[in-house]
Amino acid sequence: MNANRSPWLLMAPGLLWLVALMVVPCLLIFSLTIFERGTYGGIDWHIITAENFRRAFDPLYAVILWDSARIAGLATLIALLIGYPAAYAIAKASPRWQTVLLFLAILPFWTNYLIRTYAWIVLLNPAGLINGLLQWLGLTAGPIPLLYNEFAVVLGLVYNYTPFVILAIYSALQRLDPSYAEASRDLGASAATTFWRITLPLTAAGVAAGAVFVFVLSIGNFLTPDLLGGGKVQMVGNLIYDQFLTARDWPFGATLSSLLIGLMMIILFAQALATRRAYGEGR
Amino acid sequence: MTRWLKLHLGAVFAFLYIPIAVLMVLSFNKAGLPTAWGGFSTEWYGKLLANPKIQSAAWNSLTVAVISTLLATALGTLLALGTERAKPSSLREALLFAPMIIPDIVLAIALLSFFTLIKFTLGLHSIIMAHVVFNIAFVCAVVRARLKSFDWSLVEVSRDLGASAQQTFWRVTLPLILPAVIAGALLAFTLSVDEFIIAYFTAGAGQSSTTLPMQIYAMIRFGVTPEINAMATLIMGFSFLIVLVAQRFNRGIPGS
Repeated sequence: MNANRSPWLLMAPGLLWLVALMVVPCLLIFSLTIFERGTYGGIDWHIITAENFRRAFDPLYAVILWDSARIAGLATLIALLIGYPAAYAIAKASPRWQTVLLFLAILPFWTNYLIRTYAWIVLLNPAGLINGLLQWLGLTAGPIPLLYNEFAVVLGLVYNYTPFVILAIYSALQRLDPSYAEASRDLGASAATTFWRITLPLTAAGVAAGAVFVFVLSIGNFLTPDLLGGGKVQMVGNLIYDQFLTARDWPFGATLSSLLIGLMMIILFAQALATRRAYGEGR
Repeated sequence: MTRWLKLHLGAVFAFLYIPIAVLMVLSFNKAGLPTAWGGFSTEWYGKLLANPKIQSAAWNSLTVAVISTLLATALGTLLALGTERAKPSSLREALLFAPMIIPDIVLAIALLSFFTLIKFTLGLHSIIMAHVVFNIAFVCAVVRARLKSFDWSLVEVSRDLGASAQQTFWRVTLPLILPAVIAGALLAFTLSVDEFIIAYFTAGAGQSSTTLPMQIYAMIRFGVTPEINAMATLIMGFSFLIVLVAQRFNRGIPGS
């Protein structure tokens, strides 16, 4: 067996599949950005233009890009605020309980996304359980609009992605040597000081990993704004969907997709760089 | 401090599980309304299972999931075995990470554009091809996690004792990594059964290749109905079961 050639033989079918059905289609999307929409949909290959990019930054569309980033940022922040203490509580439990609690925290993540999102339509709609409860308690006179607004979209994103934040921060807390915190306490620091000055900075990589994951999956999300925003909240994912299925402007949809991928790559690259630097300093 | 942490964790679990529990309870509500309880009933399940559209969609989903899982498990396992032995490459790592993080909608439109451009006929087979893309990445990640603690000297011993590369794979390597391979396959199956947007874009026109999530999406757009609650309960029960089985097979699943 040739030790150098064999790994490539094993990897070839899988890598070829990914190249043929992910890399090539994505490169095609990048190349579509410089063409114009054909008269009857499709692509006019004769005209090369920068118009698509200019249009993407037109205030009409730029506001949707900005809203997507803002909604994703808000969802990320809330997911971190909910997820960190939850992960901390799990990490403090006995080893036996840790396994059970972590499993329970992750379990919803592996069920159908559509159904998890639909559950919130059931809870939030005007005739739904939460409005019924509020009226029964006499807190509101009539149904209040909980669904089809930005609140519902942020809630849906937080609901769907908090489990991952918990997982990412939990693994960072697990890797943390408890003697650092003990030393800090022994030297007279309060529990709060120890947390802010020792535990939190040392688990920053986990926080960053969780945050990047939530942000990236939120900013390109289609189903949550579609189902919980009900057409009133537009994010870039819905705009791409419309360009391909409704407006039939593939080059513009491709341009928006490329911008989204570009933004994600910048974020992931920055995270990789920051993590490498943090570990480099630690050594 | 610890008490507040416990309370917070309890609240988080309530937040995660109450919406799911509400759906499950409502699916047995005879009244079919979310705000009034009309007694226990399984009639919505009966109605759901008798619906021919649901039956054909469920059959399509099963076909897509089984075939894409088998393909992705074979390709992903080989990929994992090769990757762990090859020289590290950040380009390859990026390629293996990308399918897990790329927005569904972007992969969906990219595949639609690609298939349209090469005049490829769409149908269940194109959904399968698309699902294999992200499933390869997940199977590969699960198997690689197991290979991190794999004792490669066992393979060397087998070879030194005169077994061929094929014999060594089937009699030594595969049995040792089998739990991870099965766990990866079960996760791929779950992901494929649940996937909506990519299937929606690569299914082509017509009803014949509608999958279960596409059918659910159409029903949800129509409004809240007791049938969806029943279907949601069935699907969630099914997913939970698969994850539990996968968990038994492997402790190295990403996310568990």
